[in-house]
Amino acid sequence: MNSRFGYMKIVYFLLSLSVTLILIVLLSSGFGKAPPFGKFVSPQHGFWQNAEPLNKKYSGDLNVQGVDRATHIYFDDRLVPHIFAQTESDAYFAQGYLHAKFRLWQMEFQTIAASGRLTEILGPGPDSAFLNNDRRMRRLGMVYGAKRSLTEMEADEESKKNLAAYTNGVNYYIEHLSESELPIEYKLLNYYPEKWSPYKTALLLKYLSYDLTGSESDIEHTNAKAHFTEEEYKLLYPIMNEASSPVIPKGTIFRAPPDSIAPPSTADSLYFHWKHADTVPNVVEPPAEKGKGSNNWVAGGSKTYSGRPILCNDPHLGLNLPSLWYEIQISTPDYSVYGASLPGAPAIIVGFNDFVAWGVTNAARDVLDYYQVTFNDNNKSEYWLNGEWKKAELTIEKYKMKDGSEFTDTVAYTEFGPVLYDNSYNGKGRVASNMNLAAKWTAHLPSNELKTFVELNKARNYEDYLKAIRYFSCPGQNFAFASKSGTIALWQQGKFPRKWNMQGDFIMPGADTSYRWQSFIPQSENPHIVNPERGFVSSANQVPADTSYPYYLGGDYDVYRGLQINRMLEIMSGVSPEDMQQMQNDNYNAFAENAVPFMIGNTKEILLTPDEKVFLDSLRDWNFRNENNFTAPTIFVTWFESLEEMIWKDEFDKQPGTSVLPESATLIELLKKDSAFSFIDDINTPEKESLADVITRAFKKAAIKLAAAKQEGRLTWSKFKDTGIRHLLRMEPLSRFHLNTGGGRNVINATQQFWGPSWKMIVHLTDTTEAYGIYPGGQNGNPGSYHYDEFVTNWAEGKYYKLWQMRGEESGDRRVKHVLKLSPPFN
Amino acid sequence: MRILVSILLTALLTFAFGLYLPWWSAALAPFVVALLIIQRPFHSFVSGFCGLLLLWLVLILVIDSANNGIMSRKVSMLLGLGPSPTVLIIINCVIGALVGGMGALTGSLLIKLKR
Repeated sequence: MNSRFGYMKIVYFLLSLSVTLILIVLLSSGFGKAPPFGKFVSPQHGFWQNAEPLNKKYSGDLNVQGVDRATHIYFDDRLVPHIFAQTESDAYFAQGYLHAKFRLWQMEFQTIAASGRLTEILGPGPDSAFLNNDRRMRRLGMVYGAKRSLTEMEADEESKKNLAAYTNGVNYYIEHLSESELPIEYKLLNYYPEKWSPYKTALLLKYLSYDLTGSESDIEHTNAKAHFTEEEYKLLYPIMNEASSPVIPKGTIFRAPPDSIAPPSTADSLYFHWKHADTVPNVVEPPAEKGKGSNNWVAGGSKTYSGRPILCNDPHLGLNLPSLWYEIQISTPDYSVYGASLPGAPAIIVGFNDFVAWGVTNAARDVLDYYQVTFNDNNKSEYWLNGEWKKAELTIEKYKMKDGSEFTDTVAYTEFGPVLYDNSYNGKGRVASNMNLAAKWTAHLPSNELKTFVELNKARNYEDYLKAIRYFSCPGQNFAFASKSGTIALWQQGKFPRKWNMQGDFIMPGADTSYRWQSFIPQSENPHIVNPERGFVSSANQVPADTSYPYYLGGDYDVYRGLQINRMLEIMSGVSPEDMQQMQNDNYNAFAENAVPFMIGNTKEILLTPDEKVFLDSLRDWNFRNENNFTAPTIFVTWFESLEEMIWKDEFDKQPGTSVLPESATLIELLKKDSAFSFIDDINTPEKESLADVITRAFKKAAIKLAAAKQEGRLTWSKFKDTGIRHLLRMEPLSRFHLNTGGGRNVINATQQFWGPSWKMIVHLTDTTEAYGIYPGGQNGNPGSYHYDEFVTNWAEGKYYKLWQMRGEESGDRRVKHVLKLSPPFN
Repeated sequence: MRILVSILLTALLTFAFGLYLPWWSAALAPFVVALLIIQRPFHSFVSGFCGLLLLWLVLILVIDSANNGIMSRKVSMLLGLGPSPTVLIIINCVIGALVGGMGALTGSLLIKLKR
């Protein structure tokens, strides 16, 4: 053999080998946002493995270390599991297993977000958006709060056992998960699930607190207070809108507290000091979409055709895929409960059992306040308190990036709480960079919210419900309740600080402990109502009680949904579940009813062009319903927005710092009451504008936008509003956009663009419970499954599914499509 | 004839490897086949290429039709290839075929070293 020829052979071989290996390496690594392509497209490993056959079978018989007795899971045609377990631990093991099997990626992602670790899987993000989000979470004390709550939960034997069983169920699934079965999001982002732990459940529950109580306007209110006079401030941000229909009816007599609390003697000079400007950059962030509202109500037996209560609930939350909710039935020999569970936590959050039903709405109380502290130096090791330097506890927070680099941050913990804002983090210019603001938040308190749900799941009567809700601290909720024995009730439950008038509405001085929250409102004095004469209870994030309630309520409350719900229930009788479905889907806009005639009455029609008149005429003929195919809701919303801009912008542009505009409900009340309201005038023009001038100008300005919308074919309400359900990673093809829905803000059917009724539930407490429900998603979190967004179309159309509370003896029922059995090993 | 047997064996062996090994078994199996069925390097490359093309195409078409195209449409859009999965499937199969072809070529060149 020619030696030179042999040498070439080696070269060819090595060349071919290198090309092959390089190809494999390149296709195994992700570049930037791209997934590792070879792995991703391999039909036996990558995304094709997530493409589930339409007729996929979920049946099986697993020998499982972790269950004590054989546990059966029956899936119905909508893939709702009906767990039949012999013990509660087995039931929670099965629930954990199911949550992981169908929702693993989302439950882990949400805990990663809650603990400020998004950068590990997503990198710092455009403009450091993910890093800033992570920093906000940690600096707000999310991890701190979750750890404290975990200690509290695990101090309770039963909770500890439940959490352990649930965790084992999740981990059993993760341990037996093959590479090819990984949810597609892991494959896209190229990472792997971690083991689950009770700490992660605690984080998830804190995330709910964050979602429902983690934002406030205290800083913006402080800026407004510094710019406007006291009279103006109180007009712009009233404690209670007069149109409100409180949760506890007006005129209810409340027990006076045995003592009173007063602001510290320095409050006038150090806290209120009206009209004193702090210099902060004038950044006006676009207002967040308001809509984290919810409705619940119970029509008592006197209102229903059957004489039995009907409980209704539709919590409004961000519309995401995979959905926040996972529908499930849990049955043990002691109880059988059905409803919506939260992937990542054991038990059912909103639901019913054989005796009672319950539902929640957000209390919307202000439980997050700020204290301004002064540090002695840049190390933030000491802060000034009660006339001396006190040691701050410093925690070092490390943020790992996807590329392996690291960012380090120091958070100082003070007497009041963690310092959220300081010179290293000012929330994108939300606060002046020389301000150190410590956050005091009820979510930092150790609490065991989980126990509330576990206990509600097996509650048999009002007393059980009352015992159960006492464990609930944050986020404060309105717990509506109904029992088969006919009791209806609603408690606003949470741990609420007892504040003096306007305490915490602004940044508080943090050099002095006299500004601390002094105590909490006694639980027994939380606003509540039991079997009222009017025959119904309801809540829709409105003010819980009128000003005769002897504790300061503060906060930021919705007005018109609650008003409309109460108006409707007031006159209803002989109610059926179908009536309640119609009511949850009701599109009547009580705010428009209040505003539109007034606005039309103040329009100088003579100044309108014929085209503009057409818009005005369709508004004149409007029945105030936000139906999907109407154009009037679009015209009204656009007009009102342009009116708000004209009234407020000139004054607020001059206010230093970030601002939050007064509520729409406040504006319309102010204009109706006083046509000479000083904000009407445009302070940037020499002439003095009248109300009619401004309203007409606003209309003409809106008409330009409306004409453009008409051109683009999106003048009808559903097209203009453009409701969509976004994948948690905001990936468009995994989302559902352009849904044809009515409703909107200030409407019972609160479907906005990306917010809306999440779990809609109606429970008729007849001997055999009659229940209906739906949520905008599907049971399987896998985008490659038919069940991923199975309910979305029906949800958008306002339809419901009849909920099947399966009995043990119905295992042979036609509705059972798959049976999964979890048996202990060697059984 | 030899090349046909080689293609079919490549498809079968890659499938079997794929059940237990990571995705790069798409190169390993054709490599092994090239050692077992000795051919000229170009023929080995073609066998690996076609074997993988065949296997991946069949797997994808079976999976996609059972899934009614739910996933392929979404992934195609995620990758910016439009709502029709045709282009995705072609690129997808060609990637597999290239890896398979290179694996087989390497195997064939290794055998040649010994002869």
